[in-house]
Amino acid sequence: MTTRILIAGFGGQGILFAGKFLAYEGLLEGRELSWLPSYGPEMRGGTANCSVILSDEPVGSPIVTNPDVLIALNLPSLDKFEGDVAQGGEVFVDSSLIERKVARADVKAHYIPATKLASDEGLSGLANMIMLGFVIKHTGVIPYENVERAMAKVVSERHKDLLDANLRAVALGYGYEG
Amino acid sequence: MSEKVLMKGNEALAEAAIAAGCRHYLGYPITPQTEVAAYMAKRMPKIGGTFLQAESEIAAINMVIGVSSAGKRAMTSSSSPGIALKSEGLSYLAGCDLPALVVNVQRGGPGLGGIQPSQSDYFLATRAGGHGDFHMIVLAPATVQEMADFAIKGFELADKYRMVTMILADGVLGQMMEPVSLDFGEIKQFDKPWAAVGTNGGRRHNIVNSLCLEPTQLEQWNIDRYKRYEQVMANEQRAEEYMTDDADVICVAYGATARVTKNAIAMARAKGIKAGLIRPITLWPFPKKIVGAAAKKAKAFVSVEMSMGQMIEDVELSIRCSRPVLLCNRSGGMIPTPEEVLAKIEEASKMGGAD
Amino acid sequence: MANTVFQKPHALCDVPLHYCPGCTHGIIHRLVAEAIDALGIEGRTVGVASVGCSVFTYNYFECDMVQAAHGRAPAVATGLKRAEPNNIIFTYQGDGDLAAIGTAETVHSAARGENITIIFVNNAIYGMTGGQMAPTTLPGQVTQTTPYGRDPQYAGLPVKICEMLSQVDGATYLERVAVDSVAHINQAKRAIEKAFRNQVEGKGFSLVEVLSTCPTNWGKEPAAAMEWLRENMIPYYPLGVYKDKYADEKGGSK
Repeated sequence: MTTRILIAGFGGQGILFAGKFLAYEGLLEGRELSWLPSYGPEMRGGTANCSVILSDEPVGSPIVTNPDVLIALNLPSLDKFEGDVAQGGEVFVDSSLIERKVARADVKAHYIPATKLASDEGLSGLANMIMLGFVIKHTGVIPYENVERAMAKVVSERHKDLLDANLRAVALGYGYEG
Repeated sequence: MSEKVLMKGNEALAEAAIAAGCRHYLGYPITPQTEVAAYMAKRMPKIGGTFLQAESEIAAINMVIGVSSAGKRAMTSSSSPGIALKSEGLSYLAGCDLPALVVNVQRGGPGLGGIQPSQSDYFLATRAGGHGDFHMIVLAPATVQEMADFAIKGFELADKYRMVTMILADGVLGQMMEPVSLDFGEIKQFDKPWAAVGTNGGRRHNIVNSLCLEPTQLEQWNIDRYKRYEQVMANEQRAEEYMTDDADVICVAYGATARVTKNAIAMARAKGIKAGLIRPITLWPFPKKIVGAAAKKAKAFVSVEMSMGQMIEDVELSIRCSRPVLLCNRSGGMIPTPEEVLAKIEEASKMGGAD
Repeated sequence: MANTVFQKPHALCDVPLHYCPGCTHGIIHRLVAEAIDALGIEGRTVGVASVGCSVFTYNYFECDMVQAAHGRAPAVATGLKRAEPNNIIFTYQGDGDLAAIGTAETVHSAARGENITIIFVNNAIYGMTGGQMAPTTLPGQVTQTTPYGRDPQYAGLPVKICEMLSQVDGATYLERVAVDSVAHINQAKRAIEKAFRNQVEGKGFSLVEVLSTCPTNWGKEPAAAMEWLRENMIPYYPLGVYKDKYADEKGGSK
């Protein structure tokens, strides 16, 4: 079983961090995995994306060209990557930032107003983790009961105070009934 | 086996270099290898080592020359345009028979080029690292684990043969994270009686030098150095063979490109095409024996690379052009897709190549 | 048995030097060797030879030696010093090496305050390659590449290294001396020894610029070359201490 995940949005939305969270969970489970960021000259505000592959076999190319799971946090990302999603794949859309619907009929689309939920719940900046909770709920890409363990690993010592907020964000997305 | 950790290739390489006993890193910032410098800047002061941000790539490699002259394990890293600047130092290192570890996390060129992954410094690494007759040992990692392991191996080979080892990576390997074990076992160290560390009044002076104005003597130096290179060619050729036993089409690819090629081979096999991969681990010495032997069975070869076609020349030389060799390439920072590689494999599978 | 009244310094190898008749490199080599002897540091000293007439200095000093690429001696010295901080590292460089191709290495080793000693021999010309314009060639001076004299409008003006480095905060000690007379040679000896002693005491970057002659490429008899140095170079490159961070201490500059 191999899951190819592409997370895409603006720089500063926590794209790479969300990917890292999935990768650490894979590491703790002893799975094969790769995490590959796009990198560019912009430090902030440009587009960013991150490829994560979780697999039971050694990972070949770490570049995700046809994702099984696309997580789109802004419109340019959905426009750019929707066509690449594998047939039967799943597309997760932050509907507070992306007004249009997924056009393809051969993929499964899910919508969550993650950015709005984040600001309503005092979790601003954590739309990425709300999205992840939502993704975990619908794909089972990682077991929900392992979230806390992976989070403890990925949140650095310096940011320990953010651990609870991140966990709350994942729980919020996981519990969201769209 | 120790617990695995998740690290970027650049960082795993830096940590492994420290494990190898390297306490002197001299560098200059350039994308996409800056993590190596940043990691060293963080770690070296805590372990009594030296991290120095030099005024230029040229100064950095010459500081490496100084550290290596003193018999210590020294390292620098850069990306393509910066490596070109280091050419002078690479040649002096060779001329002085000094060991060093030099890392090139390649990006697209020529000129300022781009910052996306590339393999277009193959010629620079294997043919023309600088002026004069010399070679460097060139290692091509394809995983984050190999980024780490080859830093260790690189220092050992450099000391053993008194040569520069270049790790030829690319932006994908530098930037990606994978689980990696940092348990390297015993690390070999080598005596360096030639080092310029002070006579301490006990011996004649050591001279680290590449100048020789007497042509007969300079020629002899070169001949002697090439005898060492012959040993390297005889002993150190390495490659990974993947599904080559029954392969009609053999892809040759290194680094990140080899990983893409593995995906393509799975796709080809699913279509009933017997494809395999030879992944050179040493680019110099090129694994001629392994590639040459494969030509006895395979019908055709595909050189997969992120350049306009550089390694393909070594593939053709290794098999003495006895089989067709197709080129599957992208450049400028573009990475070939598995589909593109598959298309070349399919094309190659239709070619003759019967004796 | 006769008393020995004069002998070669221990740190200088007992070999013939290759320099042209009348060249002052021999004097400067001797001063460096005397300083090494005086401080008793030969066994832990490593010298860096540069590219130019003095390239063979690796054969002339008894200490360990490294030969560096053109202009890179301060970077190589930086590596040697960082690898073995207790060793005494010096470079011996000419004007083309230090003030043209190696300007960046010179300025930045000073800026870092590297605890090294640089002996900078300024003879206003490229010697080894046969007398081309140097960064320190004087206005109007005829060289192979300024056959009608150095025209400042066209070829620019000389680089004054001591003056320039005096503005670099990291530098500790900068002095310009000459070797055209006994008095000046004695001052040069004091300066060179001080530049080494500074390093022994961990005081940081020391550079001594030595105004020197090149009779062959200047096309002058040795005595006339000395005269030319006095009349032309010293007025343009005034002698003296340009910086001494520890001047107030005992043993600081005059």
